[in-house]
Amino acid sequence: MIGGVHDVQMPGGAQAQAIVGLWHWLLPICVLVFVAVMIALGLALWRAPRASNDTAPDIASLSKREPKVTRVVIVAVAVSTLLLLVLLAVSVMTDRALAQLPLENALHIELTGYQWWWEARYDDPDPSRMFTTANELHVPVGRPVIVTLVGADVIHSFWVPSLAGKKDLIPGRDTTVSFRADRAGVYRGQCAEFCGYQHAKMALFVIADAPDDYARWADRQRAPAAEPSSDEARRGRDLFLARSCAMCHAINGTSAQARHAPDLTHVASRMTLGAGALENTSSNREAWILDPQQFKPGTNMPPQNIAPQDLAALSAYLASLQ
Amino acid sequence: MTSDRYHTRVAFTVVLVTLALTACQREERYFEPPTKAVTPPPVRLSQIQPGAISTDTSIEHKYEDTAYALSEGKRLFGWYNCNGCHANGGGDKGPALMDNVWIYGSKPAQIYSTIVEGRPNGMPSFGGHIPENEVWELVAYVRSLSGLASSGAAPNRADAMQTKKPEGNAEEQKPVNAAPSGASEHP
Repeated sequence: MIGGVHDVQMPGGAQAQAIVGLWHWLLPICVLVFVAVMIALGLALWRAPRASNDTAPDIASLSKREPKVTRVVIVAVAVSTLLLLVLLAVSVMTDRALAQLPLENALHIELTGYQWWWEARYDDPDPSRMFTTANELHVPVGRPVIVTLVGADVIHSFWVPSLAGKKDLIPGRDTTVSFRADRAGVYRGQCAEFCGYQHAKMALFVIADAPDDYARWADRQRAPAAEPSSDEARRGRDLFLARSCAMCHAINGTSAQARHAPDLTHVASRMTLGAGALENTSSNREAWILDPQQFKPGTNMPPQNIAPQDLAALSAYLASLQ
Repeated sequence: MTSDRYHTRVAFTVVLVTLALTACQREERYFEPPTKAVTPPPVRLSQIQPGAISTDTSIEHKYEDTAYALSEGKRLFGWYNCNGCHANGGGDKGPALMDNVWIYGSKPAQIYSTIVEGRPNGMPSFGGHIPENEVWELVAYVRSLSGLASSGAAPNRADAMQTKKPEGNAEEQKPVNAAPSGASEHP
């Protein structure tokens, strides 16, 4: 698995902190109940009357009352009710804590789930400051984030366990989830609703940056792709536009504007390829372009029939898209 | 008599089970790249030829009988903006694809070359921009719009609402070639 904290018990923000608080009540109580039930079962088995096949059944015992058992049942019901009420109270309080996250000055992101990748559009009151990226969110530490969840094809589920709970992306019914990262770091997310062949390889990375770092990252994302500086990279760009790449991918600042696949304007700044399928290194990039089906069978990206020197040029161009 | 009935029953069961088993064939999907590029046969837009008239129409049939290829063709028809001009087959700026009129031929190889080479008066040339196997998927889907592909394999349920019959239910339109092609026979 590539990078990032992916653990309910290692909260990186207020929401996850509230959820882990619930976990600290739930786990001991449930373990306690489980152990108590097992002990009761063991005792019952140990004390059970044993008879051989020849002994006649003691029918008389059926009509006898068992006062001790009645008492035990009453006590057990009372204890269970009490414990369930405690769990109910803790759940309600956790829910309230989740709903009370202050949302002033929140960052708005629209996250769309596709088979099998994520598209993120960073909203801004000024449309010229909006930008689109894929499979990787950067968020500023300490600032709340409201994510609008959109399902494009089938039901997906947003799940970044160290930052927030799960929420489904349902086609035709937009939902929102809000969270705040309080510690800088890389948090791994994962589609948590089975969505097809490559559901397992539909990862999402949330990178919490210091506010200044975030602002720098966002400014870079808003800029169109830089003009390639080397001859090889320029040839790579021409290949990108002349081949099938431009049919599905967009690179701002060029004529590639198709929106069926991840936006590649700043692809070199991302950690992974194919929504967490591969690390974003130059050898992986070339292997992925040549035959993505080898790493993610069923993905919509077709294999490419491309000469090695063309592949190198294409890869050099993509590496320049910082 | 009883024995006869018994034998009839056994025979009947065997036939039923055999029939059921023949339905178990699962279509194979091909995720690997084609090892060899599929070269289309020469496409003739004119029937006038020097010497003997050669009618070479060997074509790729595997895409037209494969539900996966046809549904991929349907997806790509939208992705690559075919519907931008041809709408969902009814035609708009581009000619209709669900009727029986084929300006540049209805054979798979002819449609292939129409997509790859482009045609005068607006049809863009997609050669080099669409991988060959995807072009063949599009060809198969375009033919399914007028009921020329296998009705068992053509898509029967669209992802979005459609205002027409599903492709798997399309009535077969016997192709009539308009000018300039003279080749009108069904492949």
